[in-house]
Amino acid sequence: MHMLEVKNIHKSYCKVEILKGVSFTMEKGETKVIIGPSGTGKSTLLRCINQLSPPDKGEVWLDGEEVTNPKTNINKIREKIGFVFQDFNLFNHLSALRNISIGLEKVKGIEKEEARKRALEELHRVGLDAQAQQYPAQLSGGQKQRVGIARALAMDPDIILFDEPTSALDPELIGDVLDVMKSLAGKVAMLVVTHEMGFARNVADEIIFMEGGVIVEQGPPKEMFTNAKLARTREFLGRIGALYGEEETGG
Amino acid sequence: MGLETIVTSLPRLLDGLRVTIGLTVFAVCLGTILGLLLALGRSYGKRALSLFINLYEKIFRGIPLLVIIFIIYFGPSQIGFNLDPFSAAILSLGLRSAAYQAQIFRGSIESIPEGQISASYSLGMTKIKAIRYVILPQVLRLSIPGWSNEFTILLKDTSIAISIGVIELMRQGRYIYVREPDLALAIFLLIAFIYFLLVITTNKSLSYLEKKYRMAGYQTEAHR
Ligand SMILES: Nc1ncnc2c1ncn2[C@@H]1O[C@H](COP(=O)(O)OP(=O)(O)O)[C@@H](O)[C@H]1O
Ligand SMILES: [Mg+2]
Repeated sequence: MHMLEVKNIHKSYCKVEILKGVSFTMEKGETKVIIGPSGTGKSTLLRCINQLSPPDKGEVWLDGEEVTNPKTNINKIREKIGFVFQDFNLFNHLSALRNISIGLEKVKGIEKEEARKRALEELHRVGLDAQAQQYPAQLSGGQKQRVGIARALAMDPDIILFDEPTSALDPELIGDVLDVMKSLAGKVAMLVVTHEMGFARNVADEIIFMEGGVIVEQGPPKEMFTNAKLARTREFLGRIGALYGEEETGG
Repeated sequence: MGLETIVTSLPRLLDGLRVTIGLTVFAVCLGTILGLLLALGRSYGKRALSLFINLYEKIFRGIPLLVIIFIIYFGPSQIGFNLDPFSAAILSLGLRSAAYQAQIFRGSIESIPEGQISASYSLGMTKIKAIRYVILPQVLRLSIPGWSNEFTILLKDTSIAISIGVIELMRQGRYIYVREPDLALAIFLLIAFIYFLLVITTNKSLSYLEKKYRMAGYQTEAHR
């Protein structure tokens, strides 16, 4: 049994089919990177997985439970699926610490003092001990995103979905966020939509190339970068590598 | 002499002031609780509920307060159900204020980015929890300026309760100047001054509240 199984997902918005049958699986602790042009349905796919936008057709299974089954308690499942957003979506009225502890308290029912302690540990893990009492508007983009990651981590999920976690950041702030993500590799499964080819190459167990609502090609980074089967994949990797400043991307 | 009469009548006016404050407090509580429920119902409720609330708001904003008061005070007595003037005034002021406050709260609800809800859900919160712990605290903070505006309007509008015989500030003033018509202007000015003081002090305390609960770095709209 796979930890995560995504089976033939279809999703339309206003009669336009965005996802046209996407299937893949993930194992415990695995890191997969999804790449692909903008508008291809990468965000939609992630939102289908945790049911923020339920798919029209297809199934998602996590730990042998059918996430897409209407009878499943989706709130319980979402505790096991962390989500890190492109524009952070931190709770504006709460300090960094409270952003992290609120889920522990109000969802997991952990007692306030214990939740606080755990939140501090998560902040430490992402290198933000000093920012505990600061509010989102007082944090830099990179710090916000690290709080976002800590907030997801605190729930002790099986998998974290990252939707372009560094796309909204100034270039000099991207490194810190990627470092935190690297440090998580192997400890929690990560499904990461990103254009950061360095991360994809060095951290991912597999790269999934999506275009036009389907998976075009997937494979280990080495194979994808040096000898992708399809010309389209090679072309995209070449272009994205040039754009995002990763040294040679091969191909 | 006049001045003497004014001084001896001060206790009367203070009695009236107490009733005015009573009307304000009860009506504001009713208006805020109902207004919040209406706003949440309109934003998160089913379509039928949303339409019904929309209608409620239109009706109560479309009728003069005096007419609302008369309907609520005299209406029930025609079917043998007597409402005392004080309760009728509170009900009228509160129901109307709810319609305006619902608009204020809904404006705040709509200004909260969709991502706040998505983030709440992604942690496993139910809709109720997301509203309770993420949306509502932000809505209340964002609503303080509009809410204090509505509060002062309601405070001043309690004076209309004189029309159904509530013995509030205006009515107590009337008792005095009916006996000494020469003092009418002085009494009006005194009453005006009392309202003015009341409004100024409540505005001051509310803007203190606004500053205290302002989300750090998160600008709320200025006082209207
Ligand atoms: N909530 C929505 N309503 C309507 N259309 C949407 C919605 N979300 C996404 N889309 C459309 O779906 C397509 C894919 O979007 P998205 O999943 O965000 O792509 P990507 O993340 O790969 O850039 C886009 O054309 C977008 O306009
Ligand atoms: Mg996207």
